[in-house]
Amino acid sequence: MKAIRFGRLSAVAVVAAGALALSACGTDNPTGSNQSPGATGAAVSGTLTGIGSSAQGAAMDAWKTAFGSANSGATVQYSPDGSGAGRKALIDGSAQFGGSDAYLKDEEYESAKAQCGPDGALNIPVYISPIAVAFNLPEVKELKLDAETLANIFRGEIATWNDPAIAALNPGVTLPDLKVTPVNRSDDSGTTTNFTEYLAAAAPSVWTDKASGVWPSSLQGENAKGTSGVVKVVTDTPGAVTYADDSAVSGKLGTAQIKVGESFTTISAEAAAKAADASTPVAGRNASDVSLKLDRSTKTEGVYPIVLVSYHIVCSTYADQKTVDLVKAFESYVVSEKGQKDAQDAAKSAPLSSDLRAKAKKAIDAIKVKA
Amino acid sequence: MTTAPPRQAERAGVPAAIAAQDSPRGDKVFSTLALTAGCLILAVLFGVAVFLVVQAIPAFTADPADIQGGKGFLAYIAPIVIGTVIAAAIALVIATPISIGVALFITHFAPRRIASALGYVIDLLAAIPSVIYGAWGASFLAREISPAYVWLAENAGWIPIFSGPASATGKTILTAGIVLSVMVLPIITSLSREIFLQTPKLHEEAALALGATRWEMIKMAVFPFARPGVVSAIMLGLGRALGETMAVALVLSSGALTVSLVQSGNQTIAAEIALNFPEASGLKVATLIAAGLVLFVITLAVNMVARWIISRHKEFSGAN
Repeated sequence: MKAIRFGRLSAVAVVAAGALALSACGTDNPTGSNQSPGATGAAVSGTLTGIGSSAQGAAMDAWKTAFGSANSGATVQYSPDGSGAGRKALIDGSAQFGGSDAYLKDEEYESAKAQCGPDGALNIPVYISPIAVAFNLPEVKELKLDAETLANIFRGEIATWNDPAIAALNPGVTLPDLKVTPVNRSDDSGTTTNFTEYLAAAAPSVWTDKASGVWPSSLQGENAKGTSGVVKVVTDTPGAVTYADDSAVSGKLGTAQIKVGESFTTISAEAAAKAADASTPVAGRNASDVSLKLDRSTKTEGVYPIVLVSYHIVCSTYADQKTVDLVKAFESYVVSEKGQKDAQDAAKSAPLSSDLRAKAKKAIDAIKVKA
Repeated sequence: MTTAPPRQAERAGVPAAIAAQDSPRGDKVFSTLALTAGCLILAVLFGVAVFLVVQAIPAFTADPADIQGGKGFLAYIAPIVIGTVIAAAIALVIATPISIGVALFITHFAPRRIASALGYVIDLLAAIPSVIYGAWGASFLAREISPAYVWLAENAGWIPIFSGPASATGKTILTAGIVLSVMVLPIITSLSREIFLQTPKLHEEAALALGATRWEMIKMAVFPFARPGVVSAIMLGLGRALGETMAVALVLSSGALTVSLVQSGNQTIAAEIALNFPEASGLKVATLIAAGLVLFVITLAVNMVARWIISRHKEFSGAN
């Protein structure tokens, strides 16, 4: 018995290693069972390699640990090299999944077919993080802003906090005669992409630059490296304002309420999850793909529109059953209620709604062995 | 090469007894090892250069509208080359007089015990990782120095380099330059110290015997002898300042090119690469690598100038 079990295990390891090395060569394994083991099943083993976004790094660490302890033979490796690197790695086959703060672009989706088969790749939202507008105004606890004012502040068009445009939105609040210092990210970042996307969509008359991960260089303003960098600068500078992952904002910084429709939405995990629910599917993709086209200029009350949605991008087909089982088991866990709870505990992300989790699970269940 | 004649002279001076002990085999092994090491460093340098050129080509051939900023590679690189030079220049302007002063103090003024302790502290400065300098500059120095910038902008704002409005965070190119100056200080100081120590004692004593004060002795005997060595020490410091990445990336609030040193703005090549490379893909990677190539060429030029200055004064210099 023991010898046989050992033999099977090592065979499994060899197959898994082979799958890693040769996944591009199309080694089929038609004899494999077609059951998909759940996150709790101990049936999966092998190594899953992912490359991608650093935004989901903290959540990924939690997922890796929990998945590894539930499946003793399985390891997940994740290298937070950036979203672009993650999409590239999936397309050229150097990783089995990519983490990205944006779903595949149309041309990337086409080129992924070479690696993933004719059904292409699947974008699965796994991590939703609300982006807070954080300000340092010692006397002001609550601040309400709309998209135009926010865009004007970050373009440097509003000089002081007691500007009439801000005062009109905040009746009854004593605003200080303090210089407005907008602080942006100096590094290329998904947070900047999502924030500028929001400004460009919700205040198109003011924010005339394209949405981009790099802050427009024509704008005057302060900047700092990384989320921790901008938060530190704003904490040190009275009158400064920045945008950052809600989880990183703490201490004496306030977070602005954003005008959506006729009312103002306070940042929260629920309001962020609603933004994902209010999104529309992206055209021209695999039927079960869950790319979310966020409606940044939504008028639906209670939605917080400045969110970052990070994806796991997986192939719809893999060369062998072993990899399919592993990917399915891992991604099923990630989008499960427990997986989302683990991420929330570790990274303060907003858990996916049950509706979105069901969609993601459906996409994951469609992953199969390459025909 | 220029260094060949003295070596031959040394070999000729080796006593015959020692020369006879050299086994031909050991000699051969050693010379092969040395040759390999020499070739290896050339191969690595060549490899880096080839990598940079090959990977950078797309940035030069691409449609100018596709390059970041939309105006082609030259328009992209020019401001950050100037930013790099400004930051390095500030660093050298601050660090050079201090370094030479400290080196002179250690070699010619301080009591022996203080001198060795001071030398140790200076060397310790070189051992601090640059990310620590960056963190210090970003979270302490910038905050503390910003009132001075506000004062400068108000009182000396008519000078273009101090024109306001001053940055509220203090994360300006001047702060970055100050942090860089602390980082190049140990390089210039320790090299200068070694060079000052090599001034021929006879020259110094002759100057003193002729009635020179200590300052006159330094001016007449030490400085002329040390000039090429000190220049090459400054050049090495410049190389460090040009290539410093992490400290600048953390300290500087980057932006468009500006003359004012107390406003946020400007950017250096190394920091630009470090900040944008992690999320870059496609043409943007090529653009950043091309920026790296430009930095490589600048650094190479600086080092060549330093070598040239040393070789021109080889009979005096202690650094070759």
